[in-house]
Amino acid sequence: MLLTLNGIHKSFAEKPVLEDVSLSLKQGEITTLIGPNGAGKSTLAKIILGLIKPDSGTRLSNADLNIGYMPQKISIDPTLPISTCRFLQLANTSHQACHEALESVGIRHLTKTPIQRLSGGELQRALLARAILRNPNLLVLDEPVQGVDVNGQNALYKMINSLAKTLNCGVLMVSHDLHLVMSATDQVICLNRHICCEGHPEKVTQDPAFINIFGQTTAIYSHHHDHDHNLHGEVLDDHNHQHGESCNHD
Amino acid sequence: MTDFLLYAFLAGIGVASVAGPLGCFVVWRRMAYFGDTLAHSALLGVSLGVILDVNLNITVAAIPLIMAMGLVFLEQRGFLSLDTLLGILSHSALALGLILISLLPDVRVDLISLLFGDLLAVTQSDLWVIYGVACAVMLLLGLLWQQLINITVDPELAAVEGTNVTLVSTALMLITALVIALAMKVVGVLLITALLIIPAATARRLSHTPEQMAVVASVIAMIAVVMGLAMSWYIDTPAGPSVVISAGVLFSLSLGYRRLAS
Repeated sequence: MLLTLNGIHKSFAEKPVLEDVSLSLKQGEITTLIGPNGAGKSTLAKIILGLIKPDSGTRLSNADLNIGYMPQKISIDPTLPISTCRFLQLANTSHQACHEALESVGIRHLTKTPIQRLSGGELQRALLARAILRNPNLLVLDEPVQGVDVNGQNALYKMINSLAKTLNCGVLMVSHDLHLVMSATDQVICLNRHICCEGHPEKVTQDPAFINIFGQTTAIYSHHHDHDHNLHGEVLDDHNHQHGESCNHD
Repeated sequence: MTDFLLYAFLAGIGVASVAGPLGCFVVWRRMAYFGDTLAHSALLGVSLGVILDVNLNITVAAIPLIMAMGLVFLEQRGFLSLDTLLGILSHSALALGLILISLLPDVRVDLISLLFGDLLAVTQSDLWVIYGVACAVMLLLGLLWQQLINITVDPELAAVEGTNVTLVSTALMLITALVIALAMKVVGVLLITALLIIPAATARRLSHTPEQMAVVASVIAMIAVVMGLAMSWYIDTPAGPSVVISAGVLFSLSLGYRRLAS
């Protein structure tokens, strides 16, 4: 067990945001936190990160808990001259480690590029690289695929999955988009101020509380793409069939 | 060279050396208006110092610091935007400072030199203060540099990775208050922010790392001091404004440099 929350309550300006939330995160397990806008997902993530204190309830963490955090977005003033590599070095000063992290998220070629010049997808990868730099045993990812196109999202989820396996760490993923996340997750927690339902993806999608919030139509996403794309949208053909010209896209 | 010119030169160089790196943080963190507010409250520091008969150096640094703490407190309460809060505090402090000075029985304070600086009146003991404080500021900046950059990039990421964000940002406020107290002697209350921002903005176009930008900003501030003093010496212009306008000219030149380079 990496971290346990027990009976967490939190209000902002007398308005309750979280009510009696309890959960636990385990090593090697992917937990997905879903819920509509304003459900308190980010607040809960910040309590898990230790950035804000709950009004009541306890947060118990393992003594060697080491969190890698990938924020929802980041805005760095354009007047700050900082390369992607230097951005990573703020978390871990080793040059070698930074290069390896950039390599493992596939943007080694952007080492010297100013961080403000990265595209949405590249920036998400850079943030992911920074999150894994300190060999965390818990990764907290707040809406990790924001601003990334659908195929890029899929690639990013795959990457997160394989990185989590390599690091053998626990993962908490915050998302409002359940189609893509669910197929790779061990535990889904559906939050709407309180925990509406939780459990395995298949179980949760059939829960009346879940259907009430997200509707009946939602099904677990399974991807039928039989090939991958590189960062430029070109097909990486490792299958034995031909692609039409129209298969290349951004 | 006459003594007063040498003192002015040394004082200007000392202040410019710390104005460079601090100015970079003011630019990166968009604290220009914040700097203005602290600078205006320094005038209040002067009048309170005279009224209470304490060393002016102390009140001039202490009042902006108290103001900074108050701002943080009010901002966290969140009933007004920071922008509006700064507007209220900045101008109230300036007005109160001016009123208090005008109430002083005999005119022991030269208002114009407070507002626009009096670089040519720097004494030897001023120099000791300037270099002592400048060394302390450099030491603090050096010790906290990596953490300061880290909280500037993203305070939440920095906090998760173990940086004490409250401590580091409080230290930055302390440094800002100290530098403002120093810079007041060179360019005066109304032009302090200019001395912080213009060299940093000029350096931006010439640098690729935060450290480069800090050093280049210092050098540009020093060049502006020398140019301003020369201007003041040869065509008898007020020293503080001359330093600022020199920095402005250097900034315009840097715009041209970028165009040439590309």
